[in-house]
Amino acid sequence: MTATSLAEAQVIAPTSRAEAVDAFGDGSGVTVLGGGTILMPELNYGRLRPDRVLMLQDAGLSGIARNGSSLTIGAMTTVAELEELPEPLGTAARNVADHEIRGQATLGGNLCAPAGGTTPRGDLQAALIALGAQVKTAGKGGERMEPIEDFVKAGPDGRLLLEVEFDEPQRSGYAAAHRPHAHAYTILAVCAAETPAGVRIGLSGAGPCGRRARSVEDALAGGASAEEASQKVLDDADTHDDALASAWYRQRLLPILVQRALDDLGGGK
Amino acid sequence: MRLTVNGEPHDLHSPPLTSLLTALREELDITSPKAGCHQGGCGACTVLVDGEARRSCLVPLAAVDGATVTTLEGLGTADDLSPVQAAFDEHYAAQCGFCTSGFIMAATALIDRTPKANREEILDGLSGHVCRCTGYIKIVSAVEAVAKGKVHPEKVEPSFEPEEAAVLIPGSPA
Repeated sequence: MTATSLAEAQVIAPTSRAEAVDAFGDGSGVTVLGGGTILMPELNYGRLRPDRVLMLQDAGLSGIARNGSSLTIGAMTTVAELEELPEPLGTAARNVADHEIRGQATLGGNLCAPAGGTTPRGDLQAALIALGAQVKTAGKGGERMEPIEDFVKAGPDGRLLLEVEFDEPQRSGYAAAHRPHAHAYTILAVCAAETPAGVRIGLSGAGPCGRRARSVEDALAGGASAEEASQKVLDDADTHDDALASAWYRQRLLPILVQRALDDLGGGK
Repeated sequence: MRLTVNGEPHDLHSPPLTSLLTALREELDITSPKAGCHQGGCGACTVLVDGEARRSCLVPLAAVDGATVTTLEGLGTADDLSPVQAAFDEHYAAQCGFCTSGFIMAATALIDRTPKANREEILDGLSGHVCRCTGYIKIVSAVEAVAKGKVHPEKVEPSFEPEEAAVLIPGSPA
């Protein structure tokens, strides 16, 4: 049975992580409410009438813990709280919407956002892909860790995002074709980070969600110059025409932005 | 759900997923937060939740149980305007007025966290708000005046005494 009015929705407000995981179960029939910036328009316009809503704000899932060079960020941490974190995450966070939205929107929402109908979403995904972040989720079969690029590719179905972990990179780089105004998403962003495992590249706006540019990473590891390696990025892109830019435009811009991000990283040799 | 709105405690009975905007307007008859886009895109519904500027259309009632909410009605009165309200009056920073309460609430929060905000910080702080009359220059000038302490509330006159409208049109928007 599907609810037809807002009044029928059951709102569950766990007050601990264990309660949240328990209430989520295998996720079937559960609509997760984080900061609300993505869900509320769906409710306001009647496009969504959920049966059960899991409201996470008091579930103890927010906060940033630092252990040496390792950072662990709870899923309910707001985008505003990420603004001063290591690059390229800090810059990506500062480029999300405006002050009011950043104070309400959460990391978890940004990573679980479904692809937007008219624009790509999830500006933090590329930064965290470049940083080699791992996500911890709960769901059927218990908790598990996985690389963030796998999580955003598969989508959050059946998984409750708990936290994200990464090591501060040795160096980082960022280049973007910025959004025209505070209400738009960044057209294209390229994030680069030097990790102990080599240079990693994350792309935002080059597909429905954040993507890892393995072809560029492999070319760099094989000794290619930044200019040569940046040309490989189209092998990892899945560009579409949307409200912000055409696929044609993105394909021409992407290699340039990859090269700029690598120049910013000071690497690429 | 229990909320303190402009200093008054209220028990609200709207469903928990109702937006704070709808609850304020339709249950409490507080109409300064304007219903513009219902999706966080215009800023006309901005209120302060525990002192932070929030789009009330994006806040479910369930998330603010026990919170303190301030709307434009809770800032100043016609005879005793808040500095931001006085600056908007002095700089003619309103045309049709639909965006004005949202801008004033956002500017109030901005000045609260950055009392001497410069022009760039003001533009950044107000960037989520849309004025379809495009009166941005005067709005920004007004907030700049507050940040520089150049507001003259004593010059604001005459005070406006709202009276019962002579003709009431049933169903007309507030």
